[in-house]
Amino acid sequence: MSARVLVIDDEPQIRRFLRISLSANGYAVGEAETAAAGVAAARAEPPDLVVLDLGLPDRDGQEVISEIRGFSAVPIIVLSVRADEFDKVEALDRGATDYVVKPFGIAELMARVRAALRARAPADAPEVVTAGAVTVDLSRRVVRRDGEEVHLSKKEWELLALFARNPDHVLTHRQILKEVWGPAHVTDTAYLRVYVNQLRQKLEADPSAPMLLVNDPGVGYRLRLGD
Amino acid sequence: MSETAPRPSPEALLAEAAQEGRGRLKIFLGAAPGVGKTYAMLEAAHERVREGADVAVGLVETHGRRETEALLAGLEVLPRRAVAYRERSFEEMDLDALLARKPGLALVDELAHTNVPGSRHLKRWQDVEELLAAGVDVYTTVNIQHIESLNDVVEQISGVRVRETVPDAILAAAAEIELIDLPPEDLIKRLNEGKVYLPEQARRAVHHFFSPGTLTALREMALRHAAERVDRQMVDFMRAHAIAGPWPARERVLVCVDERADALRLVRVAKRAAERRGAALIAATVETPKSYALSDADKDRIDGAMRLAARLGAETAILEGDDVVAAVLGFARERNVTQIVVGRARPGRWGFGKAVTDRLIAAAGQINVLVVGGGPDKPPPRPAAPRRGDGLGYGLALAAAAAATLAGVAVDRAGLPIANISVIYLMAVLLAAMRAGRKPAIAASLASFFAFNFFFTEPRRTFAITDTQNILTVVLFLVAAVIVSNMAARLRAQMETSRESARRTHNLYEFGRKITAAATEDDVLWAVVHHVAATIGGKSLVLTPEDDGGLAVVAGYPPEDRLDDKSAAAAEWAWGQGKVAGRGSETLPAADWLFLPLATGRGRIGVLGVQMTDGADAPSAAQLRLLETLADQAAVAIERTALVTDMEAAKVATERERLRAALLSSLSHDLRTPLVSILGAATSLVSYDAVLDPGSRRELAQTIQDEAERLNRFVQNLLDMTRLGAGALEPKTDWADLADIVRAAVDRARRIARRHVLKVEIAPEMPLIRVDAVLIEQVVFNLVDNACKYAPPGTVVKIWAKPSDGEAVLEVVDQGPGIPPEDREKVFEMFYRVRQSDSQSGTGLGLAICRGVVEAHGGTIRVDEGIHGVGAAIVVRLPLPEAPPLPEAQA
Repeated sequence: MSARVLVIDDEPQIRRFLRISLSANGYAVGEAETAAAGVAAARAEPPDLVVLDLGLPDRDGQEVISEIRGFSAVPIIVLSVRADEFDKVEALDRGATDYVVKPFGIAELMARVRAALRARAPADAPEVVTAGAVTVDLSRRVVRRDGEEVHLSKKEWELLALFARNPDHVLTHRQILKEVWGPAHVTDTAYLRVYVNQLRQKLEADPSAPMLLVNDPGVGYRLRLGD
Repeated sequence: MSETAPRPSPEALLAEAAQEGRGRLKIFLGAAPGVGKTYAMLEAAHERVREGADVAVGLVETHGRRETEALLAGLEVLPRRAVAYRERSFEEMDLDALLARKPGLALVDELAHTNVPGSRHLKRWQDVEELLAAGVDVYTTVNIQHIESLNDVVEQISGVRVRETVPDAILAAAAEIELIDLPPEDLIKRLNEGKVYLPEQARRAVHHFFSPGTLTALREMALRHAAERVDRQMVDFMRAHAIAGPWPARERVLVCVDERADALRLVRVAKRAAERRGAALIAATVETPKSYALSDADKDRIDGAMRLAARLGAETAILEGDDVVAAVLGFARERNVTQIVVGRARPGRWGFGKAVTDRLIAAAGQINVLVVGGGPDKPPPRPAAPRRGDGLGYGLALAAAAAATLAGVAVDRAGLPIANISVIYLMAVLLAAMRAGRKPAIAASLASFFAFNFFFTEPRRTFAITDTQNILTVVLFLVAAVIVSNMAARLRAQMETSRESARRTHNLYEFGRKITAAATEDDVLWAVVHHVAATIGGKSLVLTPEDDGGLAVVAGYPPEDRLDDKSAAAAEWAWGQGKVAGRGSETLPAADWLFLPLATGRGRIGVLGVQMTDGADAPSAAQLRLLETLADQAAVAIERTALVTDMEAAKVATERERLRAALLSSLSHDLRTPLVSILGAATSLVSYDAVLDPGSRRELAQTIQDEAERLNRFVQNLLDMTRLGAGALEPKTDWADLADIVRAAVDRARRIARRHVLKVEIAPEMPLIRVDAVLIEQVVFNLVDNACKYAPPGTVVKIWAKPSDGEAVLEVVDQGPGIPPEDREKVFEMFYRVRQSDSQSGTGLGLAICRGVVEAHGGTIRVDEGIHGVGAAIVVRLPLPEAPPLPEAQA
């Protein structure tokens, strides 16, 4: 019943406190010290979620993401260093589900773990996503705020739909631009800024203090469902 | 020579008068270190003290000799001044204190000493000059090897190069010189007893320097110098009192230099003659009005001979006068010359021609005249004076005569007397003389005469001369032609000379301007090679010594980086000897390049190489003279930039040292303080787990969390700073929403600002900006963090932003104590904290990082007063780019 989490990190201290905290929250914890051992463990005994440190002794953590993605869609949460936005973006573009910046508080990690597992919940493609006062009906293409229908332009809808299909999941600028505007526009972040602002104006209770569409500086946006 | 009674020479009287009001200089002169100069000086000073004089010691080096130190006791010694140079401290004489004290007599040891850079004067003798000018008597000491004119001789004798020298003029101006003499045997004995202090460079050569032979030679030099001085004083006395010489005191040989081809040989012969007789050599040349007509090559030959004479240690003089013999003999009598050396007469030349030599011998009286036979004397072909091409000249002459004839016909038709016509022909002759030179002028006068005769005098249309007046006419024409053409030629030569001189002055002026404008050594070098190449119309390069001692090309125009072996050898020689070498010189003339040493008063810097374009010609003597002047200026300029570079390097090193110290103190304090709390709380939890109530346990855990976060912030700052410092910080800019950035920063700062009220106001019309979102977020975070550190809990920290004049303005305003105006710039320096205290967790890095990041974005950051003068406001301005291209439909 309890979800299985595989921790791939070479630092015993970090593995120790992750093991203690995750166990305390009712998860079953597996550990791997190296990239090779981690990939092998993920293959042999498929976990429900992987926590992956990008700095591993034997190989680059980025390669581990690609390798796991080769045989599994398991959510991967990456542990990265703050200074390296590019690492984070690359990890996400390679298929990581989310990231946590080191050093991190355990509460932050737990929230990400819960969100990642929720997205993977059995009702794989929910028809209706609710975030605060906003509901998004993906099949009927209807958005309501406090019960009232909100009119969106075509691009606004496509953007919101993308977030709704990946709730609580950071999407990089590149991923969003590619999905909504097409591969030719992956660097046109200005488009994205403008449309996110427009969506906020229509959906947020206070557009100047957004609670639903939140920004990860230098990385991307996520739709927050709220804990 | 005039027959008036001898009068005292005005210069001599002036010099004597100048002595009054000045302090008197007494020099204790020794042949070598250790003869006891300082000791003698101190003894003399004590004598003066006993006589009641006001004596102060400016500076005396005892070198730890006990007898000397004992003598110093009882004299007033002024404290020395500490001078810092290159992070070392040196002690120098405190000139200002001494001038303020103004004793009757000051003791200043070691006249040849070089002061540490940064002192008022480069040399101690300049300090002494100032004391003397202030009316202070000075006692000082100096060794014979420090006297400028003997410097090279001493080097030859002792093998020791002495770099500290005193100009001979100082010694000449001394009121008194006391020779401190010690026989070589005694000195060597003292040396062996360890009683002689040796300067560093002498120590290496001690055995050679203190050999009996060397010491004897030095001693003789000192004795002779003292004797010469007595001699000079006697001459001065004679001049001041108008006693005509010669008094046989010491022999003097005067060599007369003119433009002859073997002038150099003449000088050398005179030098040997002077040496044999133990006489002093004087070289003189006479400038008469005729000297203007000398060609450049002639002048250069005279210059070269005079320079050689100066190198051989001769005194040089340029005499002026209409009559060569009178000028030479007047000078010779004045200077008590015993022998005059002249070259053998050559016929038909100015200067010391046959008549001149004969008159000189006849009028010399008591003075011997030595006439030196010619060497392989081929007078150099006199270069033709600049004039129009000959064909053109004769053409002009005939045209002038023809024009005069036509004018004459007109005058004749008008029925005027033919005398007017002869004047017209005279005009034609004068014109030809002025413009075309002597021979065409003569041609013009002949042509004019014949034309005049043929067309206008009776019987017309024949060449018959019937009237004596007509003969007079032709003679007058010829005379006018010769006189005017000579005058014109001289005028042309003078004009050419002054034009050449103006060109030279302009060239030097241009060069000075260029190298003064050049800031770095590279700029100066480039300006030098470029200018020199342009001046000679060829190639130029500069070589300077490398660390391994070899010379390397550092600049070239056109660029050149290698020299062939011969040229390299010439360059090495020029560098080693400090003399000109290579093509066209007397040393290694087979080289392709000519090298001139670049030297200043402080030493050699490098060599300047030049090559004429076709690779065959050497620069002319005039060019060489100009090059030597350019080389001097270039050397000074290069040295100047080297000094500036040194100073800059010293400044940078000091600043780096300060940062290092600040970083160390910051690390030890800011890293350790949170660790102390973390370790304390953690060990409390481990040790007292059983006895702690849940509240205390929670509190300890909270402490660990807070302090760890603080540590994390500090480490983050250090990392950012390292990236900034390494220049690796290149903002990765992209379109960003400033509101998003501020929100992210505020969210992150929530915990450290939990005791403050954070208010955010971003103008809705704020357009997108183009920045590195992560770095700007760090800036906002640091500003909020900083505000919360200094503003008291419970107060408001407000972050607002709006667009203004093409800039995005972001302010973080607190209600803390504010920042005093004088600190408002300094807070952005690394490790600067307004209030130094342990309780603040500031690292002094946060704001420095902010400035680094903001400036990397082309923005500005500064401190202002907060609202209504309360607290501080930090204002960030970032440039707003043009609006981004936006997608098609907005609806």
